[in-house]
Amino acid sequence: MERDTDEIISMSYGSGGRKTSMLIEEMLLPNLGNDKLNVLGDGALLNTSGNLAFSTDSFVIYPYFFPGGDIGKLSVCGTVNDLLMCGSIPKYLSLAFIIEEGFEIENLRKIIDSISKTSKAAGVSVVTGDTKVVDKGHGHGIYINTAGIGERIPGIELGKHRIKKGDKVILSGSAGNHGVSILCSREKLLEGTIKSDCAALNKVTAAALKYGDKVKILRDPTRGGVATTLNEFTEGMNFSIEIDEDSVPIDKDVRTACELLGLDPLYSANEGKVLIIASESAADNIVNDLRNIEISKDAAIIGEVVDYIPSKVILKSTLGGKRILEKLSHDILPRIC
Amino acid sequence: MCLGLPLTIVEINGKNAVAQMNGIKRDVRIDLVPKVKIGDYVMVHAGFAIEIISEKDAMETVDAVMQVEKVISDEGL
Amino acid sequence: MNSDIKTIKSKIDKINKIDRKINIMEVCGTHTMAISKFGLRNLLKDKVNMVSGPGCPVCVTPDLYLDYVYDLSLKPDIIIATYGDMIRVPGSEPHRTLENAKAKGARVQMVYSSMDAVTLAEENQDKNIVFLGIGFETTTPATATAVMEAKNLGLNNFYVLSMHKIVEPVMRLLLEDKTLKLDGFLCPGHVAVILGEDGFKFLEEYKCPGVITGFQMEEIVNGIYTLANCIENGDYKVKNEYKSLVRKQGNIAAKNIIDMVFEEKDDYWRGMGLIPKSGLRLKSDYRDFDIEQLYPIDFSIKRENKACSCGDVLKGKIKPDECRLFGKVCNPDNPVGPCMVSSEGSCAAYYKYNNVL
Repeated sequence: MERDTDEIISMSYGSGGRKTSMLIEEMLLPNLGNDKLNVLGDGALLNTSGNLAFSTDSFVIYPYFFPGGDIGKLSVCGTVNDLLMCGSIPKYLSLAFIIEEGFEIENLRKIIDSISKTSKAAGVSVVTGDTKVVDKGHGHGIYINTAGIGERIPGIELGKHRIKKGDKVILSGSAGNHGVSILCSREKLLEGTIKSDCAALNKVTAAALKYGDKVKILRDPTRGGVATTLNEFTEGMNFSIEIDEDSVPIDKDVRTACELLGLDPLYSANEGKVLIIASESAADNIVNDLRNIEISKDAAIIGEVVDYIPSKVILKSTLGGKRILEKLSHDILPRIC
Repeated sequence: MCLGLPLTIVEINGKNAVAQMNGIKRDVRIDLVPKVKIGDYVMVHAGFAIEIISEKDAMETVDAVMQVEKVISDEGL
Repeated sequence: MNSDIKTIKSKIDKINKIDRKINIMEVCGTHTMAISKFGLRNLLKDKVNMVSGPGCPVCVTPDLYLDYVYDLSLKPDIIIATYGDMIRVPGSEPHRTLENAKAKGARVQMVYSSMDAVTLAEENQDKNIVFLGIGFETTTPATATAVMEAKNLGLNNFYVLSMHKIVEPVMRLLLEDKTLKLDGFLCPGHVAVILGEDGFKFLEEYKCPGVITGFQMEEIVNGIYTLANCIENGDYKVKNEYKSLVRKQGNIAAKNIIDMVFEEKDDYWRGMGLIPKSGLRLKSDYRDFDIEQLYPIDFSIKRENKACSCGDVLKGKIKPDECRLFGKVCNPDNPVGPCMVSSEGSCAAYYKYNNVL
């Protein structure tokens, strides 16, 4: 089946020659262009103030387009959110594509468009980038890497060393949406409205950080879900975290899908949620403020920090029994982000 | 995996059917419940409806499984 | 909901007031998981010794089959279609998993329904698709239907490895083992959907109380409560507490489908050896779909990891945490035996849900 070569990416798009220029000039610059990127230098020259946060993430998700987002949106939100979790204001992104020969240009256009919209909404600029093309069979469609720089907010120091007994654990919304959404679209198991919660969390972290040093740590529970991220907090520490099973917000359709598929929403990835640990005195107010923001309207206190046992995550079940939530040992869902 | 959830049959095409719950739909085989009708509740296991269940019993199971969400404001914070 | 919790708690209190300590076995892996998850083992430990039996079909499959499946998967003409559970289960050595075979280039496809395996065969005419038929009576009809469909479609590249087992013979074996001192059985709910109350009448021959139970917290607590009362009163008529789904005669359509496609055979169970008429193989009309015709299993090879105590755990002789490998060498990241990695395995249940206090 002969294809019109303008419809798909061929090796010459990655060669640095005319086709590469065309890609940059006709697809990338119009959508992402800004004074720094437009220079098309070997690197971007930046002005920043104060201390910086720096983060990177690679995105190999399949399918590339899923309910609630796509690999482009995810590649921006993923790195933006990591910078926000560090207590910084995200400013600049690098963007690198590794595209498999034969990838449809129309899909690339859509992905770039999505990157453009998401970056603008998140207040970041793509200032430098790279495109490589690999032979058919040596990649899977498209892989994206983004790295990001954020300016640290003065006076904010976040980290698990700040967590103390009595602090409360807040989840900004329902657990497990992204992982379940991807599994359903990939396996074509269920039709329904489960959308990935993929979103940039700027407003949410800003609302929490208004409480200054009352906030101890922020983290977005991506791969491995809420349970795995909570384990990261307690690992090697002399406190534990106790979660109340009935308090964890879970959307009805996510819960249904989990029951049907045998999944646990606490171990399913989220791409638009944040776990916040904050002093007891501020927790209620933080939750109230979060509930005024659309993507955190279901925020809730889901547990607290205890010290009767070290380094564990404990789930209190409906009947009052307690059990330990281990870190996820293996991913039943590969290629989730 | 024995855990199943009762689903409602919404469409039947020969031995294939579509079943739904809370807006989630999935394909199921109805070879084991030949008398099933649209609107019936069935227990699904590994892609097969294994038995028809009464609506009352189905709703009780659904309630138990879904742990009917408490309104957050009731909880207090 | 809160009033339901109170009812459940009061039933638990009543169970804890019975006269003597009783030994109850559950023979359904999902029951094992649910009982652990709801913390019932702990809440009832003073009066009820909940013994987990051979209810996890993956766990009772001997290494012989698991090694065969691993080797089969590496053949270039084969695509393995399987329920998710089988993918990480190790054979006689830890590296012999389908997951590792896949990393080595084997084609292993997880399916949610046996019919997906038939579709896979239609879509891959140049390969032989082998569906791993595993499970007790609940999943056997699904495999049978897939075989019938393959025959109707005239497929010559669809095969089944039947590792299906029957619950009655192993329960009889356990009842005849006096060292176990079993007072009663919690009967598997969805196996009962297929077999009906009639399927468990045989317990009355042993004067052993049995209660057919569902899977929700309230259903399990009610089941244990009823069983405890039956044991106290010497009432060994099988009780059905899952009437919403379990009929007296079970699901006749399902039983007929099983009868059409399968016949009984003597079969090997992990840790229990050969149990007569406890397994199922394809009848002669469907023998062409049996992968063992194409690639026979060598039953003379006996490889079993000596340190793994899965066999004793499955018989209820020891608790998972009494196996010397439990939690140390053997854990979900590095499972030595299937009981630790199967989603219904006793060891996995104990490890995942071990209580804090």
